[in-house]
Amino acid sequence: MSDGGCSACPSANGEPVSSYKDYFTFGIWENNIALVQLLGLCPVMAVTTSATNGLGMGIATTAVLIISSVIISLMRHAIPADVRNPIMIAVIAGTVTLVDLAMNAWMHELYKVLGLFIALIVTNCAILGRTEAFAMKQNPLAALMDGIGMGLGFTWALVVLGGAREILGSGTLFSHASSLLGPHFDWLEITIVEVDSGVLLAILPPGGFIVLGVMIALKRVIDERLSEPKNTEPEELVAIQT
Amino acid sequence: MSTLILNKLELWRSRVDYQGAILGLICAVVTLLLLIGQQKTYEPIQLALAEDRKAVLSQVLPSEYYDNDPLHDIVTLTDENFSSKPIIVYMAKKQQQVNAVVFQIDTEGYGGTITLMIALNTSGEILGLRTLSHKETPGLADKIETDKSDWITVFNGESLQKTPGGDWAVKKDGGKFDQFTGATITPRAIVNGVVSGLEFYARNTEQLLQQQNTSAVEEVSSNE
Repeated sequence: MSDGGCSACPSANGEPVSSYKDYFTFGIWENNIALVQLLGLCPVMAVTTSATNGLGMGIATTAVLIISSVIISLMRHAIPADVRNPIMIAVIAGTVTLVDLAMNAWMHELYKVLGLFIALIVTNCAILGRTEAFAMKQNPLAALMDGIGMGLGFTWALVVLGGAREILGSGTLFSHASSLLGPHFDWLEITIVEVDSGVLLAILPPGGFIVLGVMIALKRVIDERLSEPKNTEPEELVAIQT
Repeated sequence: MSTLILNKLELWRSRVDYQGAILGLICAVVTLLLLIGQQKTYEPIQLALAEDRKAVLSQVLPSEYYDNDPLHDIVTLTDENFSSKPIIVYMAKKQQQVNAVVFQIDTEGYGGTITLMIALNTSGEILGLRTLSHKETPGLADKIETDKSDWITVFNGESLQKTPGGDWAVKKDGGKFDQFTGATITPRAIVNGVVSGLEFYARNTEQLLQQQNTSAVEEVSSNE
């Protein structure tokens, strides 16, 4: 978690971000944590073997991201630059542990499903990355919008990644969604192909990297299509390098 | 926030003593919050975990098999051939008669230890088997969980008498139990674990049933 790696990537696109709505959409697409910043890949690869797992990880990360961003933003004037990293780590780890304890005690059924993901959030560099690059410099409302946007962006990327791996690997989509979201959501559980054995590689860790690579490539293609009329080549290259 | 405080903070932020103090203060506050959080949640968590154990017990053991509280009616045995740790056996009794025993089995899977819970009737027949915890590959070998697949129920009704020794293996090894696609090590570990559990019961049947009788007698005599 060297701060060179984390602080360099976000908000370095040089795009002027003006309104709170922009903070939000920035996280969803242009500066997506998983697809553009490529942060937090260890929990991403570990759990996205199904769309449901991706959704669980996404929700848990979003919650922690919002809480820690707002706390850090509230304290930003009191935090000296020289000791900001240990302070952020203390706040994030404390938040994660408290959320973990509270869910275990009062939302035990949900905890049995999400518990694994919560502990993994501590290893997610994306949260430190957002507090460092954004919450330290912005007011709490902006930090809140950024937290929600980044969190939802992370969530959809994980759901798509998990869904793709699940379809390839076991031929289902959103299997066991009802154990995460409650029995009302069992309509989400779809069997797409009846297969005895899917593409095993998709479920193993290398498959995660391959599918993520395809997703990143697709995002670039879409971006290129969208910006074709006005944008020129050099700017694209700069964006890729950052 | 007034500009005065902001200006003060601006000045202080570069001072080492302030930096040390604020870092210490924040760590102390976080520690305090964690302590309070741990204290507040300790009892609810313990209660929830006890509920979990009860739920697992009711899954492996049909409720008509007992009218006591097996979680508090336990016998501890040691058996080096089965486990290096003392084995806790939950005794399910109906009208003071031992009807079934429930205990945990640890077996080595692909990713680490798989913990199973098994219920046997007095003649050593499997009433129920569940996975309590495991570290197998998600999406691949986690079919040993009942949420994901009903594979593990194939063991219901099995016993050492019903299935001869050579058949206690996965099909790939010439036995009678299905492995699942892409994962042989996990089902093999489960089969081995179950066999060792059944053998543990076979070795200790006398002791378990007898011990229960003597303790029942003791209870009666102490009541007198």
